[in-house]
Amino acid sequence: MTIEWQWLSTHTDDLWALSLDHLSTAIPAVLLGLLIALPLAVVAHRIRPLRGVLLGLSNIMFTVPSLALFVILLPITGLTRTTAITGLTIYTLVVLLRNTVEGLDSVPAKVREASLAMGRGRVGTLLKVELPLALPVIMAGVRVASVMTISLVSVASYIGYGGIGQLFTDGFQRNFPTPVIAGVVLTLLLALAADALLVLVQWLCTPWIRKGARA
Amino acid sequence: MIDLLSQLAAWLTSSGQWAGPEGIAQRLLEHVQYSFLSTIVAALIALPIGLFIGHTGRGAFFAINISGFGRALPTVGVVTLVFLASGLSMTPVYVSLIALAIPVIVTNTYAGMIAIEADTKDAARGMGMTGLQSLWRVEIPLAAPLIMTGLRLAAVQVISTATIAAYVSFGGLGRYIFDGLAQRDLTQVLGGAVLVAGLAVTVDLILAGVNRVLFRHRLT
Amino acid sequence: MQNGKVVSMIRFDSVSKRFPNGTTAVDDLSVEFSEGGITVLVGSSGCGKTTTLRMINRLVDPTAGTITLGGRDVRDLPAARLRRGIGYVIQQAGLFPHRTVLDNIATVPTLLGWGRRKARARAAELLEVVGLPADAGKRYPNQLSGGQQQRVGVARALAADPPVLLMDEPFGAVDPVVRALLQDELIRLQAELRKTIVFVTHDIDEAVRLGDQIAIFRTGGHMVQCAPPAELLARPADDFVAGFLGSERGLKLLSLVTLAGVPYEPVGSVRSTATVKEARDAAAGRWLLVVSPDGGPAGWLDTGALEGLPGTSAVAGLALAPARGLRDSDSLLSALNETVSSPAGVAVRVDAAGVVTGVTGQDVLHARQRSLT
Repeated sequence: MTIEWQWLSTHTDDLWALSLDHLSTAIPAVLLGLLIALPLAVVAHRIRPLRGVLLGLSNIMFTVPSLALFVILLPITGLTRTTAITGLTIYTLVVLLRNTVEGLDSVPAKVREASLAMGRGRVGTLLKVELPLALPVIMAGVRVASVMTISLVSVASYIGYGGIGQLFTDGFQRNFPTPVIAGVVLTLLLALAADALLVLVQWLCTPWIRKGARA
Repeated sequence: MIDLLSQLAAWLTSSGQWAGPEGIAQRLLEHVQYSFLSTIVAALIALPIGLFIGHTGRGAFFAINISGFGRALPTVGVVTLVFLASGLSMTPVYVSLIALAIPVIVTNTYAGMIAIEADTKDAARGMGMTGLQSLWRVEIPLAAPLIMTGLRLAAVQVISTATIAAYVSFGGLGRYIFDGLAQRDLTQVLGGAVLVAGLAVTVDLILAGVNRVLFRHRLT
Repeated sequence: MQNGKVVSMIRFDSVSKRFPNGTTAVDDLSVEFSEGGITVLVGSSGCGKTTTLRMINRLVDPTAGTITLGGRDVRDLPAARLRRGIGYVIQQAGLFPHRTVLDNIATVPTLLGWGRRKARARAAELLEVVGLPADAGKRYPNQLSGGQQQRVGVARALAADPPVLLMDEPFGAVDPVVRALLQDELIRLQAELRKTIVFVTHDIDEAVRLGDQIAIFRTGGHMVQCAPPAELLARPADDFVAGFLGSERGLKLLSLVTLAGVPYEPVGSVRSTATVKEARDAAAGRWLLVVSPDGGPAGWLDTGALEGLPGTSAVAGLALAPARGLRDSDSLLSALNETVSSPAGVAVRVDAAGVVTGVTGQDVLHARQRSLT
C-alpha cells in the first residue's frame, strides 16, 4: 500500500475544508454536551437516587452503535447537521456527566461547608467554590469527550456530515488508500490539537494548581 | 414514534426473525464471537504491557497517553484501511476491534498498578519477595479490580463497535443496521441498535457482577 | 447588633437534635456561653459538641428548643445573613484552594459588599494580625504550611470583625509545637479583641489552657458540667468528668490557680553590693537571699561559704543558687515547683515591678491547695 503524494498535494484545499467541516460538527457537539451535562450533573450530585438513573441512562446510550443512532435520529431531525451534532452530543454525555459528578464529589466537604458557614448561599457556593474546584476533573472529561467526538464524526458521513469521514468512503469506493490514510492521520492530528488546546486552557484557568507545589 | 416502537416490538418478537441462518440468534452468536475473540486477543497483548509498565514504572507516558490515542483513532478509517490492504476477510474487523480494546486495557491495568501504595510494595520486598513474586502475589491481586474494569470497558466498546463487521459484508448484529439502512427500513436499524445495546449492557452487568463477587471483600 | 455595645451572648434553651437515623446528637441542652469569653466544648467524638457548635450558625437546625444570639432567635435571620456575622474556623482551615490567601480572607467582606479594594486592604491588615508575612497574601493555600493555613483560617473568620467566633477543632491537624504556638496566639488575640468564642476540642489540656468556661459533653449529647476550668478541676460534677479530666487533674488545677491572695512572710536579705560582714549579720539560716540593685532576686547565698572570708570583701562574685521571683499572676504550681527546686525550700514573691516582697513556704501553699477542693 503506497501513498500517492501527488493526490495529497492537489487536494490540500479539500483536506482543509473537510477539517473545518469536521470541527463544525464536533465543537458544537461537545459544547452542547457540556451545557446539558453541567445542570444534570449538579442534580445527580445533589440527589443521590437520581445519580444512578442518570449515569446508567447515559451508559446505555453510549452502547448504541453510533451509525444506528444517527439513522434513528433521521426521522426526527432529517438529513441535517443537527442530526450529526445531536447524536454526538448524546455520546459526550456519558463522559461529561460522569466526570462532572465526580468533580463535584471531589470538592472537600470542609471547603463546601466553610463557604456555607461564611454566609454564601447554595448557588453562590456552587458557582464560586464547587464548580471551580471541580474544574480539573470536568476538564479531563471535556478532553476525553472532545477526542472521542472528533474521532466519531466520521461515522456521520452516512448522513452527509462526516467531515474527514468522506475520505474513508471515497477511498473505500475507489479502492484507493491514500485519502483513507490522510483521513486517519488528519483525525489524529485534530484530536491531538484539540487535546493540547484544552490542556492549555485548563492550565490557564487553574493557577492554584500550577502554583500548588509547596514553596 | 409510537408506531415505530410497536413495529420494533413486532420485529423483535416475531419467531421467524429469530431462527435460521439469517436469524437474530445466529447474528447474536456471530456478534458475541467477534467481540469475545477481539477482547481476549487484546487482553493477551495489553495486560503484559500494562503490568510491565506499572511494575517497572518505565513507559508511564505511553501507558497514560495510549488510551487517548485509541480514542482518537477513527474506527471506520482503520477498517477501511486494513480492508484495502488485506482484501475481503475478517482481518480488518479484528484488527480494528483489537486496536480499540488494547489502549483501554493498558491504561486501566497501569492505573491499577500505580494505585498500589509504595508501602505495600516495600513490605513485599522487605519480606524477601523477588520482583516477580511481588508482582504475582501482591501487585496483580491488588490491581485486579481496576484491571477487570478495563476489560469490562473494553468489552462494552468492542461489542458496540463490532457492527462494523457488516460494513465489510460479514455478519453480526451490524447486519440489521446496514441492511436496514440500505433498504430504508428504520425498524430493522432500530432493532439492530437495540440488540447491540442490549448485548453490551448485559455483558457490562455480568462483568460488573463478577467483579463484585470476586472483590466483595475489598473496600474499593 | 452594633450600636455601640456588641451584644453577643449565646443561649441554648432546651435544645435537642435528633438525626433522621434516630441518633440523638444533642439532648435537651440549656446553657449560656458568656459574652466576650472563650467557651470550650469538650468531650470524646460523637458526644454532640460539634453539632452544638454548628447549630449556632445553623449549619444544623435543632429539632427542638431555641438558640438565641444577643437575645435574638438565630432563626430570625436568613441563614446566609446570620452566618456572615459569625466567624467560623474549622480543622485544616477549610480554605478555598482556588483562591489566593488574600482572597480567602476577604471572602466575607466581599459577600457583605465592601468593595474589592476595601476588602483586600482589610485582608492585608489581618495577615499581620495573625502573624503572617505580607507576601503570603499572594500565595495559594497549599503553598503554605499547616500552621500557616490555620492562621489564614483565623484571619478569614475575623475579616468582617464578627462579635462571635465558632472554632471547630481548629488546631487539631497541626503538630503539638505549632498547636501550642497557635494557642498562645489565640490567647494574645483574644486579650485584644474580646470576641465571644465557642471552641470545640477533644483535647482537655487545650480546653483548660484556652477556656474561660468549659462545657463537658458525654456520648448521647448530654452536657455534664459547664464551669470555669478551676472550678471544674476542683469540683468535677461526677466520676465521668473526673475521669475525663485525667489523673493529673490536681496538677492541672495547680497550674490554673494563681498566687493572688496567698500570704507571704518577710525575708532577710542583702543587696548584691553588700560586704561579707553585712551578709553574716543578716543571715538567719543557712541560705540568704541576695537582692539585685533593681530589687529583684539575684539568688540564694550559701552562708556556709562565707566562713574564712575577710569581712570587708564583697558579696558580689560569690556563687549563688538561682532564685526565681514569682508574681501574684503566677500559678500555684510554679510556686510549689520553686519550693522544691530552690535550696531554701521557699518561693520568693515579687510585686508587679519585680521587687522582692517576701517568701512563701510549702505549708502555706499546701493550705491554699487544700482550700480549693
